Amino acid sequence: MPIWNPEYETMAREDLRELQLRRLQTTVAWVYERVPYYREQLQARGVHPKDIRSLDDVRLLPFTDKTALRDTYPFGMFAVPLEEVVRVHSSSGTTGKPIVVGYTRGDLNTWTELTARIASAAGVTAKDRVQMAFLYSMFTGGWGMHYGIERIGATVFPAGAGNTERHLMMMQDFGTTALVCTPSYALYIAEVAEQQGIDVRSLPLRVGLFGGEPSGEGMREEIERRLGILATDNYGLSEVMGPGVSGECEHQCGLHVAEDHFLFEVVDPETGEPVGEGEEGELVITTLTKEAFPVIRYRTHDLTSIDTSPCACGRTSARMRKVRARTDDMLIIRGVNVFPSQIEDALMQIEGVEPHYLIVVNRDGPMDDLEVRIEVAEAIFSDTMADLVGFTRKVAEKIYSVVGLHAKVTLVEPGTIERTAGKAKRVIDNRRVE
Amino acid sequence: MSLLSVRGLDKRFGGVHAVRDLSFDVHPQTIKALIGPNGAGKSTVFNLLTGFERPDAGSATFEGIDLTGRPPHETVRMGLARTFQESRLFDTMTVEENVLVGMHLRLSASFGLAAIRSPRVRREEREAREEAAHVMRLVGIDRYRDTRASDLPHGVRRLVELARALATRPRLLMLDEPAAGLDGRETADLGEVLLRVRDAGTAILVVEHDMGLVMGISDEVVVVDQGRKIAEGPPLIIQKDPAVLEAYLGEVSDGA
Repeated sequence: MPIWNPEYETMAREDLRELQLRRLQTTVAWVYERVPYYREQLQARGVHPKDIRSLDDVRLLPFTDKTALRDTYPFGMFAVPLEEVVRVHSSSGTTGKPIVVGYTRGDLNTWTELTARIASAAGVTAKDRVQMAFLYSMFTGGWGMHYGIERIGATVFPAGAGNTERHLMMMQDFGTTALVCTPSYALYIAEVAEQQGIDVRSLPLRVGLFGGEPSGEGMREEIERRLGILATDNYGLSEVMGPGVSGECEHQCGLHVAEDHFLFEVVDPETGEPVGEGEEGELVITTLTKEAFPVIRYRTHDLTSIDTSPCACGRTSARMRKVRARTDDMLIIRGVNVFPSQIEDALMQIEGVEPHYLIVVNRDGPMDDLEVRIEVAEAIFSDTMADLVGFTRKVAEKIYSVVGLHAKVTLVEPGTIERTAGKAKRVIDNRRVE
Repeated sequence: MSLLSVRGLDKRFGGVHAVRDLSFDVHPQTIKALIGPNGAGKSTVFNLLTGFERPDAGSATFEGIDLTGRPPHETVRMGLARTFQESRLFDTMTVEENVLVGMHLRLSASFGLAAIRSPRVRREEREAREEAAHVMRLVGIDRYRDTRASDLPHGVRRLVELARALATRPRLLMLDEPAAGLDGRETADLGEVLLRVRDAGTAILVVEHDMGLVMGISDEVVVVDQGRKIAEGPPLIIQKDPAVLEAYLGEVSDGA
């Protein structure tokens, strides 16, 4: 498979670390001068950009969490005036105020370069016909991959998410060779195809680039078997860039990290201290070239480990293990980030809902399924059936307005949801991500 | 893969190692700037890419074909155009005529033989004028169509040169210090024109000294010093790169 940018992707690790240090120094000087939040954080610790003399000195810098990015809504973390920002995206599925991220012309060029690398690593070339089944919206997924694939010179079909029958029609009629979407949507496409008697395995489709949600090896095998393709995993998050942060090559042995643009640390989620290579911990990312929205030691809450041993593909970059779990309670359902507290906020706004609820996530079929069980006041059950249906719909609409997902709402009688002595169990995630 | 791929370019002049192991890419529909302090080797790189010098080692491939050492009339046919630091306009000709001269490089029939006026020649001439009009609109000089080049202000002359280069329908345009001698207003206008040219589908490699122009239009910057690439990345943040600061600091103290 071709390596898109051999100069950087196969750079000797020693040179790469030197480049990372210089870019880290550049970024720290940049945020110190331009982002009041970071300057205050550094000053509070008595740290000056000149204190960064080695890569380990990154630990002198404070961690940054989601709250800081949210509290400065909308543009408070931008390092450039809005005139220099040519695109704005925001995080998915958040209630009220999302995290808003910006890109300069230079940032978009970097982003395009990085998604081009990932698509190349998966084996996409100028000859491919690539069908996009990611959402094109404020969400970064669709746009980020789109431009990288265009830069490679492949033919792009920007179909967007949803309308599965149309996707299948295009796949057959346009001779699609590559598919870009979430892994769960890939399985849903497989299911609909099977229902309609379409044998996707006999179509020209040969490779998939999947991201946006955690998935395990079992799911990969199922996608590969049912669609008859090579399924590759890629990783990214809006706060850092979007897709393009890391991605698998054809050897499927971990996601190659774009280390010339991001500094990765893996830390103990409790103590914040670094863990050894190969040990699991929370991924912390510092951007090294971002102009509009640089982040310093961003706590991703994603659990992974790092491997710097050589890969058969020839890339020298470190590889991160597929993300299978998180340190916080954030759920990723159909590619949308959902915190249980958001659903709770929505429920508490409805009269008649008791403060006892249970969120159940299933993956019976290929798509994630969100169910919310709520206890309701006795009075509600004395209403007519029609009233109950109306009430259920009202709750579902409220949840939709907050998290952007359709939930199945089940009303249960007071006292039927299990009470626990300690922290209430609010979530049952039945999806097996092995 | 990329439009222009420069790999390991190397050039010595006697004892001077002017360009050392230089690599970078220019992608379709992007603007890449090559910057560096005086004497960094920028002009030598430009001359190597435009066939005025031959490299001692390395390659520069344009859509997979090596450019180095090829004469300009060949590279123009491949889809590559350039402008020069000094004006090369024909002063007695109008703006439109100057642009048509640029187009002439890729036309099969010659206007010199237009006296014969065969239907084919007439059709070609009409098409050429339509395209010249298009290019003049793109760079914003259509109102000077019938003005003699000698009567134009300096900034407009620069745009006419740009239009003439674009008339060859290049996929890559290489510009050697296009803002040299322009005032602030003219430089800003030039920047806007270059962004329009990029959006219309032509990639640009620009060697430039004016940092304001570079920062305002580039997708990516390569910084060279003493013939070597010392930094590469997005144009704004790169100004904080310690190696870039050091190179330019050297220039400031040398000049003092």
